[in-house]
Amino acid sequence: MISDQAKKQIDAWVAKYPEDRKSSAVMEALKIVQAENDNSLSAESIQDVADYLGMPGIAAAEVATFYENYNHKPVGKHVIRFCHNISCMLNGSDDLISHLEDKLGVKTGEVTKDGLISVKKVECLGACVGAPMFQIGDQYYENLTAEKIDEIVDGLK
Amino acid sequence: MNEVCFKNLDKKDSWSLAVYEASGGYSVWRKILRGELTPEQIIDELKASGLRGRGGAGFPTGLKWSFMPRNSAGQKYVVCNSDEGEPGTCKDRDILRYNPHAVIEGMAIGGFVMNATTGYNYIRGEFIEPFNRFEGALKEAYAAGLLGENISDSGVDFNLYAHLGAGAYVCGEETALLESIEGKKGQPRFKPPFPANVGLYGKPTTINNTESFASVADILSKGGKWFADLGVENSGGCKLFSVSGHVKNPANFEVSMGTPFKDLLEMAGGMRDGAKLKAVIPGGSSTPVLTADVAMAMTMDYDGIEKAGSMLGAGSVIVMDESTCMVETLTRLAHFYYDESCGQCTPCREGTGWLYRALKRITDGNGKDGDIELLLNVQDKIMGNTICALGDAAAMPVESFLRNFREEFEYYIEHGKSMVKG
Ligand SMILES: Cc1cc2nc3c(=O)[nH]c(=O)nc-3n(C[C@H](O)[C@H](O)[C@H](O)COP(=O)(O)O)c2cc1C
Ligand code: FES
Repeated sequence: MISDQAKKQIDAWVAKYPEDRKSSAVMEALKIVQAENDNSLSAESIQDVADYLGMPGIAAAEVATFYENYNHKPVGKHVIRFCHNISCMLNGSDDLISHLEDKLGVKTGEVTKDGLISVKKVECLGACVGAPMFQIGDQYYENLTAEKIDEIVDGLK
Repeated sequence: MNEVCFKNLDKKDSWSLAVYEASGGYSVWRKILRGELTPEQIIDELKASGLRGRGGAGFPTGLKWSFMPRNSAGQKYVVCNSDEGEPGTCKDRDILRYNPHAVIEGMAIGGFVMNATTGYNYIRGEFIEPFNRFEGALKEAYAAGLLGENISDSGVDFNLYAHLGAGAYVCGEETALLESIEGKKGQPRFKPPFPANVGLYGKPTTINNTESFASVADILSKGGKWFADLGVENSGGCKLFSVSGHVKNPANFEVSMGTPFKDLLEMAGGMRDGAKLKAVIPGGSSTPVLTADVAMAMTMDYDGIEKAGSMLGAGSVIVMDESTCMVETLTRLAHFYYDESCGQCTPCREGTGWLYRALKRITDGNGKDGDIELLLNVQDKIMGNTICALGDAAAMPVESFLRNFREEFEYYIEHGKSMVKG
């Protein structure tokens, strides 16, 4: 089931592409539906997106599994996407990721018991001059230190 | 410094239409709408400017634009590559955040030259703030009557949209990017046919990097010669360099091509904590690493960096001090390419796995005799044997790290620990 609200958002994307090219909106449609479903995609919701855009289910599933931004198992309400690529690594991201794991009592890939936070190691997010950095939701947090991380994480609700 | 893409950087609300127009923005586009500039004049000026693609390959932009079959019937497209996924690169993000109208004007001019009435800017999925800035600028441009159909009764049409990615480095490769806009997996296409003939939705398409597009309007308003003279022979203009790693003040710097690396390092505040420079990757993680001595003697332009043994790439300068373990650093890069290979070509899909696993074994303390030869052999088998350049991008760091820092790899294999970190 895709909500009317989500359909409206998807329609706005569909309008950007030629009329017979609705499937160009599949990447955003999947994100919109994912956001409505606790940040992860079930086989059913992938099929719903495919049906809505008039494309084969398998084509939507290929997209959903090819790109990194889609989740296929439960994640936290907030996903901390920690860059561990070269510039962040040179600036101590590995130690900071360990610090975060210790603080939350989870390993990367796991969700805190209260379901609030999960941590994921990701590749370069294109903010290397602000390394080390992570992303939560739409927001980038740069020049991180252990203290800054504590403050940001303590503020997550 | 800061003469083209970053020229309004120090102004408040630099991303607004008002600030952009106050510095001469959209004057070229308005000239085109008044019918005072021809596609041929634009291409000539671009050729004279020496502008080369800022996305990594350095292909001359004027030449690329001249390849488009502008008089062929049917829809044509202009596409901007704001996927920015090459580790070390973070300049397009700042162009989108601080000067989005320059990208819009550059794309509109490209659309006019190539007779393409629709444009897409492919922005990486994580760049929500830059995306919002770009969308805001689009709104302003439409409201000001600068985009749309039959713009100001000129007979010129140009509609522009932003497309968002969803996390895949390979989508920065131009044909994977087109597949991605079509709503498919980002797997690069065979070339030929080239996008200029068969591109987005099978139609003629020109793809340029964000910085390339953002440079176009200034080149046309101030002249190709003005731009060329900012740089050096074979490398016209300025270039944005993202300087990251072990420097005091990491940042993006827009400087003249040909600037000595040591001056750029100084602009970034020099080495952090007075540490000694050990190595530099000058153009993003896919370009060969250089030793300190070689880097300190290099100038930052296409030929200067090539002479030093590497490539300008996207201008992503990663600086490493003596505390850096080159084995662990290469392992992290190998993991990246292994993760990001789209799986289409066997040498890349399998080879990146071999590279990563061999390096992981070494950094786990289980390296074996012959591992270095294995790494060299595998990278050699990937190099040049794949549909797109991701394979080469995975291979080049391996070859160059081993060539320049071989003793560190030998030590790690023999002692099961890092020569640098102990
Ligand atoms: C694996 C791979 C990743 C790439 N990533 C990018 C990128 O993020 N941004 C970009 O502009 N070009 C990228 N490129 C280069 C593009 O294929 C293309 O050459 C470029 O967008 C053309 O624009 P330009 O001529 O203005 O540089 C990549 C190439 C490869 C092989
Ligand atoms: S390496 Fe972390 S943002 Fe680029």
